[in-house]
Formats: sequence, C-alpha cells, structure tokens
Amino acid sequence: MGNLRSVEQALRNVAPDAEIVVTDDPEVITSAKRVVFPGQGAMPECMRELDARGLRDAVLLAARSRPFLGICIGLQMLFEHSAEGDVAGLGILHGKVVRFDSNMHDALGNKLKVPHMGWNQVHHVQHPLWDGIEQDARFYFVHSYYVQPQDASLVQATSKYPQSFVCAVAKDNLFGVQFHPEKSHTAGLKLLQNFVQWNP
Amino acid sequence: MLAKRIIPCLDVTAGRVVKGVSFVELRDAGDPVEIARRYNEQGADELAFLDITASSDDRGIIYRIIEQVATQVFIPLTVGGGVREVGDVRNLLNAGADKVSINTAAVLNPQLVADAAGRYGSQCIVVAIDAKQTGPDRWEVFTHGGRNATGLDAVEWARKIQDLGAGEILLTSMDRDGQKNGFDLVLTRTITDALEIPVIASGGVGNLQHLVDGVKKGGADAVLAASIFHFGEYTVRQAKQFMAQHDIEVRL
Repeated sequence: MGNLRSVEQALRNVAPDAEIVVTDDPEVITSAKRVVFPGQGAMPECMRELDARGLRDAVLLAARSRPFLGICIGLQMLFEHSAEGDVAGLGILHGKVVRFDSNMHDALGNKLKVPHMGWNQVHHVQHPLWDGIEQDARFYFVHSYYVQPQDASLVQATSKYPQSFVCAVAKDNLFGVQFHPEKSHTAGLKLLQNFVQWNP
Repeated sequence: MLAKRIIPCLDVTAGRVVKGVSFVELRDAGDPVEIARRYNEQGADELAFLDITASSDDRGIIYRIIEQVATQVFIPLTVGGGVREVGDVRNLLNAGADKVSINTAAVLNPQLVADAAGRYGSQCIVVAIDAKQTGPDRWEVFTHGGRNATGLDAVEWARKIQDLGAGEILLTSMDRDGQKNGFDLVLTRTITDALEIPVIASGGVGNLQHLVDGVKKGGADAVLAASIFHFGEYTVRQAKQFMAQHDIEVRL
C-alpha cells in the first residue's frame, strides 16, 4: 500500500501531543477519534487488502461517524467504481474513478505524461481544511486516475492537467484529497493540521 | 498547471555527501541531513539520494540518514544505489523513502521492476538509466556505476521498463555527468518522446540555462542537479526564479 510512514511522520509533526497509530486492527480504527485513510499503489490491490484484513466494516463505520481523511487511493476508494482494474469501491460517495487520457498535450504541444506527477495548483472553495492555505497553492500529486463525483456540491478543490479535474471532496465528516498533503511541504502540513483540529 | 520539478541530488557515501566527475574523483560536500534541510528550505521539489557506498557493510548508514531526513523534510524523497531485491525496496520505503530508484538490478533482473511495482505501486518505482552515446542517435545502457556495458539500446530499454511498471525514469548521460556543459538534450528528447511516464534529466548541469534547456529543448519533466547546488554556486530558489523568467512553470 505504499508509504504509510510518510503520513505518520507528517501527522506527528502537526500533532506532537496526539497518539498516532498506524494500524490494520479494526478495533483500533473503531476506537480512534480521527481516521486518516491513505492509499498508494493500485486500487484493486488496496480493495483486496482491505477485505483480506477484515477492515471494510471498520472503515465504513469510521467514515460515517468521525473526522475522516482519505488520501490519494484512500479518496478513490470512497467512490462506487474505479476504471483501474474495473473494481468496485466502498461506495460511500456516489461517482466513479477514471483515468487521464493518454496523448494529452499542453498549450505548447508538449506531451503530458501519465502518471500526473509533481506539484500542481489547487483551486479550492471554502472549507475549514483550507484555512490559512493560499488559493492556488501547489500540492504534490502522483496518480493516473481521478474521481468524478456525481454530486458537484461535494467538490472542494480542482486542479488542471490540462483539463480541470476534481482533487478534493467533502461530505459531512469526510474529506478526501487526491494529492499527498504529507509530501506537500508547508501547505500540506497546514491541511493536516487543519484536519487534526477539525470538528465537523 | 503542473510545475517542472527541480531535484537536487545527494550522492552519499560513508555518511557524507560527495560529488565526482564522470563517476570518479569524489569531493566532500557535507552532511546529508543538513544539506537536505537546506534544499527543502530553498524550495526543492523533491530530493534524490544516491547511496554510492561500495561495501555492503555500510548499507545501514543510508537507512539512518533517510529516517532522519524524513522526520524533518516533507517533500518526496527518492533513494537509489545498491537496490537488489524487493526487500531492499521495502526497507527503503520503511525508512521514509517515497520512491526507490533501481539501476543495475533492473538490467540483471527486469522482473524485479515488475515485482516491486506490483507490490508497492508504480508511483514509487524509478528506474535509473545510465546511458552513453555509441553512435548518432544511439545510446547504450551501462550498469555498475557506469563500468559495465550491457549492449542494451537506451530507448528500447526505457520502453521495456515502462511496460514492466516503472513510474518514472531517471536518465543520466554518462558522457555529460560532472562535465558541467549541459544535459545531452538529444538523448533526453528522444527518451521523453518515446515514453508516457515522466523523465528526469540528469548529468551535466553547469549553469541555470542548462536547466532551462533540459525542459524546453530536452522535454524533461524534471531536472536533477548536484554540484551547482552543493558548492554554493546557485541556490535552488535562484534556479527556479531563472526558470520562471524563461516561462517555465515552477513552484516558487
């Protein structure tokens, strides 16, 4: 599932007094006050692992009942379906996950690579998790797929590659980002700090 | 839009950052943790660490360095050098690396790229290609820090590792490395045009115009440099400002 350590380190940095646990124990997840749900790699494998470790119910419960932050594939898994491996997600949010087109080009005709990798601008709407973060601040992305929520009112931020795509969504106690706040320097740490202080 | 990345590279041996010319004549450049912190403050988009330790006894040193850097620096960290098996990838990720760069072992055992990408995701697998020009528009892949010829054509090899699941290519021109006369722009352009995945250009940066050329003429998605930053010629921020003045999208 990629690098959980990075998320852990960044959370320790913004919440030095909090107890931060990296776990695959459903009971620990269920007893946590806040849950961060990172994911990296491929969605089919992430879904398979979630079930193999018996975590589906604990994650569904957490996503319904307390501050919950999905990161990258952890965002994508909240949706109903992903084109990556043609798999079903958790279906907490309506919508699907689709791939960037191959053969995309920028305004100068240069080929745009997939995965979309690097620092891109994030254009956000009002939400407590964006407090103190500049409009169009850059965050670090690495992904080939992105979410398409059915309900446009869930969209909290978009980015461009070259077309606009959704890179953050929220619903009640849920927040999800496509980029990696744990690797996005001061803007990313600020978002994580906002999350640990968020009381939806 | 997506910014072009500037990646300072730290060659590490015996716990120190060093820099050589064409892979030899090493010169000490300082403490890796301190240097990483400085580049982070200057706005580096990513950091690359290359463990050039010859002896396997010293392999533990790089893990400790990465662990220390990862608690203080919250940008992507790429680590390479001496990665031979999936277990090495796991250990580096656990130490705090976000991406692991594989070079010689990928040539000896291409399945390693597929296995590592399958296990940890393409996003964290970088394949490093050391290429040397052998004819007009022809480059050969070398391994073992540039000592061994492989007979592999660099373009064909790049396509193959993309198909195996590499998420990114770190392309070093051995002819240019340490020479400070600029990237091999034809090589860079040829490889980047042949691939769907991002290419980091490396080898030969001597001034800031070289970085601009790597992006504009070479078509690189990211540019990597070592000595121009280590020895205080330019800061990362100066490099980014120069690129921005030349209409390259950067994160300032």
